[in-house]
Amino acid sequence: MTLLLSPLAALGRSVLAGLAMLGRIVIFALGAFSHILRPPYYPREIGHALLQIGWLSLPVVGLTAVFTGGALALQIYAGGARFNAEAVVPQIVAIGMVRELGPVLVGLMIAARVTSSIAAEIATMKVTEQIDALVTLSTHPMKYLVAPRVLAALLTVPLLVGIGDVIGILGGYTVAVQNLDFNAATYLQNTVNFLELRDIASSLAKGAVFGVIAAVMGCYYGMHSGRGAMGVGRATKSSVQAAAILILAANFVLTGVFFSV
Amino acid sequence: MIELRDVHKAFGANRVLRGVDLTIPKGTSMVIIGGSGTGKSVALKCVLGLISPDSGLITLDGQDVTKGDRDAFLARFGMLFQGGALFDSLPVWQNVAFRLLRGSLKRPLAEAREIAIEKLRRVGLTPEQADKFPAELSGGMQKRVGLARAIAADPEIIFFDEPTTGLDPIMSGVINELIREIVVEMGATAMTITHDMTSVRAIADNVAMLHDGVIQWTGPVAEMDASGDPYLEQFVTGSAEGPIEAVR
Repeated sequence: MTLLLSPLAALGRSVLAGLAMLGRIVIFALGAFSHILRPPYYPREIGHALLQIGWLSLPVVGLTAVFTGGALALQIYAGGARFNAEAVVPQIVAIGMVRELGPVLVGLMIAARVTSSIAAEIATMKVTEQIDALVTLSTHPMKYLVAPRVLAALLTVPLLVGIGDVIGILGGYTVAVQNLDFNAATYLQNTVNFLELRDIASSLAKGAVFGVIAAVMGCYYGMHSGRGAMGVGRATKSSVQAAAILILAANFVLTGVFFSV
Repeated sequence: MIELRDVHKAFGANRVLRGVDLTIPKGTSMVIIGGSGTGKSVALKCVLGLISPDSGLITLDGQDVTKGDRDAFLARFGMLFQGGALFDSLPVWQNVAFRLLRGSLKRPLAEAREIAIEKLRRVGLTPEQADKFPAELSGGMQKRVGLARAIAADPEIIFFDEPTTGLDPIMSGVINELIREIVVEMGATAMTITHDMTSVRAIADNVAMLHDGVIQWTGPVAEMDASGDPYLEQFVTGSAEGPIEAVR
């Protein structure tokens, strides 16, 4: 009997540990937001975070989006040809990029680029006692390190998603016009006519949520890093894993919220 | 005056502090010695509030350090960390002037830079080092920058965590002298933790030895060599034989 129950007990322990971790992350995120809202503010840190998270992520976001949009156009054209529906390429590229692929791929790229960088930087600061030094210098680490990064991600990732959506659609447009003989003006007209305000709003809202998840995960795992190089490595790996999974889970929930009938 | 009364701290099953009692009179330099892992850093971090003790009382001038205005409390302290703990992303002068660029002690930028350069000069660094980043400096220079940062806001109390660890004997001597000079010149209360007996003799007015989570011996540095305490004697002489178990 014990032999039969032990896997269930292990499963139960894992679920409880996961829920406890989720609770700690939520409390951490609420703490970050409370520090965003209360002075003092650190404009230099906020500016630096905006640059790092927003501006410097543009190349990776642009490249991801343009290739995805192009591949999407090819796939839809090939799939649509099976039942004479090649003409839907502009509409499906637009809806696919704006509703799903744009926000999710940008979110995942931000998790790879920004979450890992934040976690490694803060974890290294912890290991080298820089966070203790901040405290002794009367500076709250949540306010100085976490709040600027979360705020910057909240502001910039929706913009990155918007830019990614546009570049992805342009990638699909380029492939469709150059390789698949679509009329350029008709393609753009179909794209614009098909998209609804709700599609764009959902895309930007997803971007904001994914940005917050990416920044919070990086900060949380960085601040709770173990000792030494192994601790930094583990914090970085765990932060990216957790951010990617939470982004995909949040995408599912948000898609349900925006588009369930 | 800093007082620790029956301070306990455990990390899981590891009881690091088991009732530490220690008094550091105002304007004196106390050096805490003891083997690795005996809780010297934990005791120091408990005073600063970086770690919360499980029980016991820590007071500064009779006030419980866990109560009252935390910013005002921390503004009285300067701290030199073992590895320097300089902020990689900031140039040297901004590291030194960190406290003067934000918070209650904020000064205009030019004034903060001037103070930083003056403090750098005090620890033997030239103004040319001010605009470099910490990674561009040697270990000894980073330690000096850490020292300059610790004294930047003219604190009443300065903590030094292993100030000479990792430095060559000459640089260790320089840092020891600087610490002694600064503490005397500022009239500050100092608390230093170290393994380095040369540092102890150079820096200390009083010495306390932490072993097995309690203060094993405390007294003036002049009485250290004739203390009669077998633990202290073994530590001072660096002998492998004695009551302190050495792992071989």
